[in-house]
Amino acid sequence: MRRLPKTAALAATAAAVLTTFVAAQGMDPLQAAVQARQSQMFLFQFNLMTLGGMAQGNVPYDAAAATAAANNLVALSSIDQSSYWLPGTAMGEVEGTHAKPELFQNIEDVAAKVGALNDAAAAMATAAGADLASLQGAMQALGGACGACHQAYRAQD
Amino acid sequence: MLIAAGVAGWFLTAARPLPADFLAEVTPDAARGAQVFAAAGCAGCHMAPGSQDRTVLPGGRSFATAFGTFLAPNISSDADHGLGGWTDMQIADAVMRGVGREGEHLYPALPYTAYRAMTAQDMADLIAHLRTLPADATPSQPHQVGFPFNIRRALGGWKILFVPAADDWALNSAATPELERGRYLVEALGHCAECHTPRNLLGGLDRGRWLSGGPNPDGEGRIPNITPAALHWDTAGIAAYLQSGFTPDFDSAGGSMVDVIAGISQLPESDRLAIAAYLQALPPVETAAP
Repeated sequence: MRRLPKTAALAATAAAVLTTFVAAQGMDPLQAAVQARQSQMFLFQFNLMTLGGMAQGNVPYDAAAATAAANNLVALSSIDQSSYWLPGTAMGEVEGTHAKPELFQNIEDVAAKVGALNDAAAAMATAAGADLASLQGAMQALGGACGACHQAYRAQD
Repeated sequence: MLIAAGVAGWFLTAARPLPADFLAEVTPDAARGAQVFAAAGCAGCHMAPGSQDRTVLPGGRSFATAFGTFLAPNISSDADHGLGGWTDMQIADAVMRGVGREGEHLYPALPYTAYRAMTAQDMADLIAHLRTLPADATPSQPHQVGFPFNIRRALGGWKILFVPAADDWALNSAATPELERGRYLVEALGHCAECHTPRNLLGGLDRGRWLSGGPNPDGEGRIPNITPAALHWDTAGIAAYLQSGFTPDFDSAGGSMVDVIAGISQLPESDRLAIAAYLQALPPVETAAP
């Protein structure tokens, strides 16, 4: 979001292409946007499994794998998501989403929270390669960054 | 006859404060009170809307329910607008009996329905801790409650129906000290049932469907069933969730559960394990159809 404008331009172009494509394929663009953001969320989750599994002692610590996962979180939290959060895709407007209407009224705050997630992910990228204790220490802030946005904008299941 | 019934009703619906010597035998410990404060989730409702500072408690957060919109009052140590001018027993009566400073019934948006089972020691420690927190001069705002729910006297009848006795637990038998601790944290301090147990038409908890989830009492969506019928995480997984906010498959908590975890994560690990043990000891109750 606050990365290179070039990235944003690329993402916007890709989104435009995608919107055209999915429309051409007969897929509802609003449903596609919901699916896109849920896919993004799952990529966060997938990489957190690696880090969290190590933090909780369920998986042996592996500096290289932990660093790779943390770098993925940095990359994921840098992606321009503006094309995912389309007007008309809040909970109650489309099926299968828990995104509160407030999210769409506070896009700047959402962007700030994604920025905070990017910071926490960057801190994890440094910590993850150092040792297990550093990784465990960085986990709290990462969870806090996820929670800050979910608390405000994700409805209860 | 009608007059007699009226008189009887008037007495039945009167506010019932705690025994005057409730706190007499305990020595307050403010440091321990910080743990009670975290477990009881006071900050979740009483900090300013959108605030992250869990020590400043001006109130103002609103809770839109089927009975009206309730606004959390100022419980900071401010002498005029907070609890600064309240005695210890006045605070205890409000928290554990839902009785205000003028002897009026308080609405059960304040979960005295759960706090009724607090120990005198925990209550005294909590009060001592609250008195160490900063003053904030924000005035409390009135609740927005229409007829008939604005008749506070009627809450006396509601309390008779829906506030259990202090020793009336939903999980009758707690065979180990750990289960007992878990039961106290879940049923009393943590007031988990306030959201996780469905309510009847009068807003009372349906204790026969204890912790089996239901509509979100304060907003959209549903609150999950956390009995063994639906919650299949192991003990460590539940404890880790309450510490980190991450589910065992690393989804992360949303909505008001984030606030709950902000408090519970400050407790010792043994408390989170006790909560997990309690949840696993519950009778499984299937989720009611929405």
